[in-house]
Amino acid sequence: MSRKPVAADASAPTLATRFKRPSAISTVGLVLVALLLFWLGVNLVKAPSVFFTVFLIGFTTGCVYALVALGYTLVYGILELINFAHGDVFMLGGMFTITFGTQLFGLKQGQGIVTVPIVFATLLLSMLACGLLNAGIELIAYRPLRNAPRLAPLITAIGVSFIIEDVGLAWKGPNYITAPSVFPQSQIFNFYGVAYEWNKLIVVAITVPVLLALLYLVQRTRQGKAMRATAQDKEAAAIMGINVNRTISFTFLIAGALAGAAGLLYSLYVTTVRFDQGFQLGLIAFTAAVFGGIGNLPGAVLGAVLIGCIQAFNEGLSWHAPGSDWTEAIVFSILIMILVFRPEGLLGERTPEGG
Amino acid sequence: MTEHQEEIAATDDDGAIHDNVGIRNELRARWQALAFKERIAIVVGLELVLAALLFFIDHSLGFAVVTVAALYWINRLPPLPWKLAGQALLVAVFLVAGPRSLAVVLAVAFATFWIPKQYRVWAGPAVAIVLAVLYPFYQSKMFTVPVFGVWPDVATGVYMIVFVMMAVGLNIVVGYAGLLDLGYVAFYATGAYTAAWFASLQFAHVTWHFGAVGIDPKLPGIHVTIWLLLLLAGVITALFGIIIGLPTLRLRGDYLAIVTLGFGEIIYDVARNSDNFIGTGFNLTNGPNGITPLDSIGFGNSLSHWTGGLLPANYLSCCNAKYLGHQIQSTDLFFWTAIVLLLITVFCSLRLQYSRLGRAWIAIREDETAAAAMGIPLMRTKTWAYASGAFFGGVAGAYYAVFKSATFPGDFYFNISVFILCMVILGGMGNITGVIVGGAFLAYLNEEGLANTGAWINANIHIGSHHPNLDVPLYASGIYGLIILIVMLFRPEGLIPSRRVAAEMHEGVHDEPLYDIAHAGSDG
Repeated sequence: MSRKPVAADASAPTLATRFKRPSAISTVGLVLVALLLFWLGVNLVKAPSVFFTVFLIGFTTGCVYALVALGYTLVYGILELINFAHGDVFMLGGMFTITFGTQLFGLKQGQGIVTVPIVFATLLLSMLACGLLNAGIELIAYRPLRNAPRLAPLITAIGVSFIIEDVGLAWKGPNYITAPSVFPQSQIFNFYGVAYEWNKLIVVAITVPVLLALLYLVQRTRQGKAMRATAQDKEAAAIMGINVNRTISFTFLIAGALAGAAGLLYSLYVTTVRFDQGFQLGLIAFTAAVFGGIGNLPGAVLGAVLIGCIQAFNEGLSWHAPGSDWTEAIVFSILIMILVFRPEGLLGERTPEGG
Repeated sequence: MTEHQEEIAATDDDGAIHDNVGIRNELRARWQALAFKERIAIVVGLELVLAALLFFIDHSLGFAVVTVAALYWINRLPPLPWKLAGQALLVAVFLVAGPRSLAVVLAVAFATFWIPKQYRVWAGPAVAIVLAVLYPFYQSKMFTVPVFGVWPDVATGVYMIVFVMMAVGLNIVVGYAGLLDLGYVAFYATGAYTAAWFASLQFAHVTWHFGAVGIDPKLPGIHVTIWLLLLLAGVITALFGIIIGLPTLRLRGDYLAIVTLGFGEIIYDVARNSDNFIGTGFNLTNGPNGITPLDSIGFGNSLSHWTGGLLPANYLSCCNAKYLGHQIQSTDLFFWTAIVLLLITVFCSLRLQYSRLGRAWIAIREDETAAAAMGIPLMRTKTWAYASGAFFGGVAGAYYAVFKSATFPGDFYFNISVFILCMVILGGMGNITGVIVGGAFLAYLNEEGLANTGAWINANIHIGSHHPNLDVPLYASGIYGLIILIVMLFRPEGLIPSRRVAAEMHEGVHDEPLYDIAHAGSDG
């Protein structure tokens, strides 16, 4: 669901500007990318097994981020609103998972094959709960502000985010809550020191079908067509008989469901959830969405995997890695640099806001 | 336009059609059909019932409701002689029966409102300033407010003023120029750390003194007088604002918001992790332990001696004087200094508002494209907004760090940015009075109010012997979120709005409004 192309805008690249000499700002950007690649290359040569192990960790984290990032990008694509509350919905998804899984279905470690249907049922319930929550947020907090200045819903989104965070706090308390470690952690293969465990594969195995289902929904169904039309031009979509409000609600429902799925994966993979994690992870996922080009579904996935890898490399590599203390600073630096150097993201189109 | 206003508009235009549609309109129609006296009787009756109910929860709350209702009705009486008589009666009642301090407060408030309108523009703020300056003298004698408890102490007053300064600074960026800044805490942090670097033992390998008071002249570290540091912190923070602004201000609206948010988080990370600055081993911020203690503030011995002790040599080791039955303490001095700083901030902000620059900001806020077409240099104007907002944030941050004699990275978390933004939104974007009131109220809530309210709830609201035992301050950020949500939904222009912002909020100046299918066509 890409943003509408800007036809006659000064910032859109024309033939004359496209082949211009690289400007100072893009040179700086290229130098930074080159430095990053050099650093990765040195690490690869020095300790290849560590490099690939860390890459696999990053890829797994990236899959979880992808689900959250897609939620941001779906909502941004249709409303041009950064839904700050999305990260907190994701966090509540983790809490729903733990509550439904352990209290409703009695999920615990070492149940054998029974775990599969339980996790599946928990996934569905968690997706449903988060989807309804997200749609409810849209109904209460964003819909009355459709015609307000653009900053109004953005500010409201921050408020909603804080409220949901405190709902989590009131519900589960200020400490980490733990999920049963149900994904087996035995190794699938160990190739010259590059280990790959089952729990990582399971995360990927749950993410990919969800992503494919989403792509099918957006690209091949009537509802998806309505979503794309609404994203392009709401008035024209309304004239064509699309119920714009219902389409927007549906988009929020889908985005919330993705956050619910991500919450399940995160809570069962990392096995701890705390009320204030959602906002930080949400911002990282938002960075991923911007990285790939906001409003662009494949871009969000690509950006999420890249961000996941960058985070893992930062925390895991041995040669001059800044370490986990700096993860957030690095991710936000990337966000700022993308917005400065390439605001349309890796796969996005150039828009007036970004240009 | 929100749904509610839409409905009012609809009934105004063709009332007959819409009158009986919906329970809300029907109720309104019935209410309007009542006679004036009946309406008053109903309202007074409801107020009395409410007061009676609350009386059983907490006696003083019941009295408070009656008092507020009485104030409201007295205010609606014809001025002479009834209003005056009512006010005199109310003051007399409290003089005899209730807390005497409340009687005095009411008398002062009534007297202020009797000042003719053309002088009130000056007299109102003047009375407010005098009351604020005298606050340390009468704070301990004030009555207890139901739910909120005792009046804030003077240290809380300093905290409130510092945060009001920051809110006024943020108002320049958000309220005047319409640039949503979610990383204002970065400026607060920059100011605080500037003060901490140049007035503490942090850089112990250097020994450099410049007018610092109250310390051994051979003490290692950089020690610059705080007065200069306040200015320096402002300037450095303004430069920092420009550095942040230059690459990012090209972006519009929400992108700018997210970038400033990112900068705020980066600054927090830098503050937290820079006891080993980027792996060089250089201790820049002393990490999570923060920098403490900071040098004291003061005018120095010679200046103090020269003014006959009027200006204290050192705020922390001052004060054996006793005026009006009040022992002057160092906190009082910090409080008065803060008031002076706030007055400077407000003065600058007011002067900026209708200056050439201020009008350019408003033009950019309302329509960036049109402003650019009228020849306003966008980048330079926005950067100035950023720099001015940052300047006051830096001064406030430096002053607060000196007051606390410490800076910790935990003070500069994202919550604080939203907290300051909440002050601006609650009070009314673009309106100085609103921002001051909103900022003072929220800062009070954060420092004392929420704890007091929580204690009140836990003590008075119970079912049988079951007390809720709520830890209200724990949910502070959620409460601010709720305030933001409620204000944005029901009164987006804030409690004390600027007329211009209110018009923008209701008409919508956004060049590409988010489309609303339900109300399409009814605006036209």
